[in-house]
Amino acid sequence: MPLVKQGRLTTDLFVHVADGTELPGDGAILVTAERFLADPEALLRRAGKTGVVWPNNRDLDALVPYLDRLAAVALVFPTFRDGRAYSQARLLRERHGYDGELRATGQVLRDQFVFMTRAGFDAFEVKKEADATAFAETMKRYSVFYQPTGDGRVTALNRRMQQRHSESAGQ
Amino acid sequence: MTSPLEQKKIRITGPSVVTANRTWDGAVVYRTAQKGWSTELTEAAVVSTSDDARALLAEATADDVGAVGPYIAPVELKDGGKIKPGNLREHIRAKGVTIDIQVPA
Amino acid sequence: MYAYDELDRTLINERVSEFRDQVKRRLSGELTEDEFKILRLQNGVYLQLHAYMFRVAIPYGTLSSKQLRRLAHVARRYDRGYGHFTTRQNIQYNWIKLAELPDALADLAEVGIHAMQTSGNNMRNVTSDQWAGVAPGEIEDPRIWSELIRQHTTLHPEFSFLPRKFKIAITASEHDRAAVKIHDIGLRLHRNADGETGFEVLVGGGLGRTPFIAKTIKPFVHGRDVLSYIEAILRVYNQYGRRDNIYKARIKILVHELGIEKFAKEVDEEWKQMGDSELRLDHAAIEEVRSRFFYPAYEKLPHMPDELKQAAHDPLFERWRKNSVAPHKVQGYAIVTLSLKPVGGPPGDATAEQMDAVADLADKHSFGEIRVGHEQNLALPHVAKRDLPLLFKALDRLGLATPNVNLVTDIIACPGLDYCSLANARSIPIAQELTRRFANHDTAGLIGRLHINISGCINACGHHHVGHIGILGVEKNGEEFYQITIGGRADENAQMGTLIGPAVPYAEVADVIEDIVEAYLALRDRPEELFVDTVKRLGVEPFKERVYATR
Repeated sequence: MPLVKQGRLTTDLFVHVADGTELPGDGAILVTAERFLADPEALLRRAGKTGVVWPNNRDLDALVPYLDRLAAVALVFPTFRDGRAYSQARLLRERHGYDGELRATGQVLRDQFVFMTRAGFDAFEVKKEADATAFAETMKRYSVFYQPTGDGRVTALNRRMQQRHSESAGQ
Repeated sequence: MTSPLEQKKIRITGPSVVTANRTWDGAVVYRTAQKGWSTELTEAAVVSTSDDARALLAEATADDVGAVGPYIAPVELKDGGKIKPGNLREHIRAKGVTIDIQVPA
Repeated sequence: MYAYDELDRTLINERVSEFRDQVKRRLSGELTEDEFKILRLQNGVYLQLHAYMFRVAIPYGTLSSKQLRRLAHVARRYDRGYGHFTTRQNIQYNWIKLAELPDALADLAEVGIHAMQTSGNNMRNVTSDQWAGVAPGEIEDPRIWSELIRQHTTLHPEFSFLPRKFKIAITASEHDRAAVKIHDIGLRLHRNADGETGFEVLVGGGLGRTPFIAKTIKPFVHGRDVLSYIEAILRVYNQYGRRDNIYKARIKILVHELGIEKFAKEVDEEWKQMGDSELRLDHAAIEEVRSRFFYPAYEKLPHMPDELKQAAHDPLFERWRKNSVAPHKVQGYAIVTLSLKPVGGPPGDATAEQMDAVADLADKHSFGEIRVGHEQNLALPHVAKRDLPLLFKALDRLGLATPNVNLVTDIIACPGLDYCSLANARSIPIAQELTRRFANHDTAGLIGRLHINISGCINACGHHHVGHIGILGVEKNGEEFYQITIGGRADENAQMGTLIGPAVPYAEVADVIEDIVEAYLALRDRPEELFVDTVKRLGVEPFKERVYATR
């Protein structure tokens, strides 16, 4: 599965570990929420990086206490039409201040890259290789954004206000 | 005319065809026996068993580039093998709207 | 009306480029239909019986003459020379080709028109009423708030894949012409005891298989908090709305299943956690949008101009004036409704020629502005009263002066089985026949205000549930049948109609409606008692008896 991080195709350092299988030594792992919550301290004490795959139909409350120690949180789009992970992503970034890797998994397609990035995702398990290589190009599609999210992009309203101020300042 | 988009179990009760809309322009088309699409109902492949219908639909559905939203539609077979639409919905699709489009001035 | 700036136009153009790329990838096979479908829906492109259908956004039903001309151009160049105005103030084209859509969108983008989110599981057109900004007694122009909400919800990264579609309507008058109570969120603009502007927020209204009237979730949300409060509602809905069954996925089901109190609590909890939100609208932000709404430089005109006095002897003009002309908040002006319901015609349609002509008339008589109403009629919102006689003649020549606004022949109908792949039965021919049965406008005038709504299936795009008379097409053994309801209303006293009896076949519908109207005329206690009030007073029994006595 191609991984896009920092805007381009890259090697995935993390390995998804299925429930019931042994942890692969000190490597970076992504485990399910059940496995993680069964013994979070043990998993976080590992030498290697630990991340959690959080289902999209579960509240984030149980995850929040561990955010500052997790190396990655993966959220899920069971189909690209199921948009619950967008809310989860924004809450993790903007309400809970999570600043580790936030990964989109599931049916991750080119035409949702801009939305996902704006919602706070910075890593993408992209379904199709062609989409992955087109990531940087796709992100250039839009330069105007109406609503503020945690992504730091200046909203249209702010640009308008700035323009007004500079206009009146110039008088 | 309950929308065939809600068809779940495929069971036909008489001669049927597979119909869809052509992808690039939306025109009504019918699946032919040559694995193509035709705008002419007369060129449609006619099936008469549920198994054949399912097979034709599966094969048509795989041709996603050519046409969109295929489903099974009933037809009537007239003397001489002429194929006619089998219900009002298919009649409208084959012949056009039943109203006069021109808004009187 | 609102003037798009460089930023708005850039966004529209970026959207067109994106869609052009998506269409290319679809036609080449790089995108399957399963992957493409929602992308085209998010640009208003449906697949119908005969062809694709293209739904173009007319934000809160306001158009400039330049824009209307461009809509006419699209009808001529890419379609079959006509368009259909919808129950959500948009326009639909029925014969568009997917391969030509990017070009059509590019042509529309040049005049600031787009088709963003006119379909799909996202925020749809934020509608208002077609008299917004000019009706007497309005608190303030609700379209300013519609525009603020439109911008906030356009390409919103968090809320573009909701469980289902989401519709908001705003009213700013005592009499609700925007049908807010049958929307997912209804907003009633008003002032609180301290004179501050804010909204009563209602949620969970909607028609379709499980109709509900919206319930009040908060009696007053301050204007500056309206975006953050809507954000809280959407976030709760996005996370908890059902995704397992498309017929149970609207917010009305979530509100119903949780109960309004629990739902309100969830929203308040989320809203509280949002804290001092970036979405709080300060005065400058609101004024920024307000400043880009242009209002005409009205002249000082007399209340009763000579032209009007002179024309009063013309009975045809007078009949039209009394029916189609409504008072304006500025003296000497009027709001003129252009009926798109000619006798024998499909309701809500206009030809490209009519659209061009209306654009010219708008330039001459309405400061270049046109409105679209959810009753599927047009309006010219700034007509000087002295121009009415001239305007009437011009409209009459165009077939746009049928004096039947709000009368029995002012029918709201969905496209039905003639166009729509979801339909069980036809609706337009029913409407056409009804206009023929009641073609005598004086008779229609005597009957009085009577809203007939026709839907070709339970999805209720014709809003039949809230029609004074509602007609719903169903299928029985391959034949078209119709259920009739009476007593529904869409306004501030919104309620669903009551079924009067078993469904009747296609050929009998017009007879049944005639029977119902005859029953009303016999039963009303005075001529001014509206049909819907007679039904309220007497219930459905007397009507049922009349209709089913010989059936």
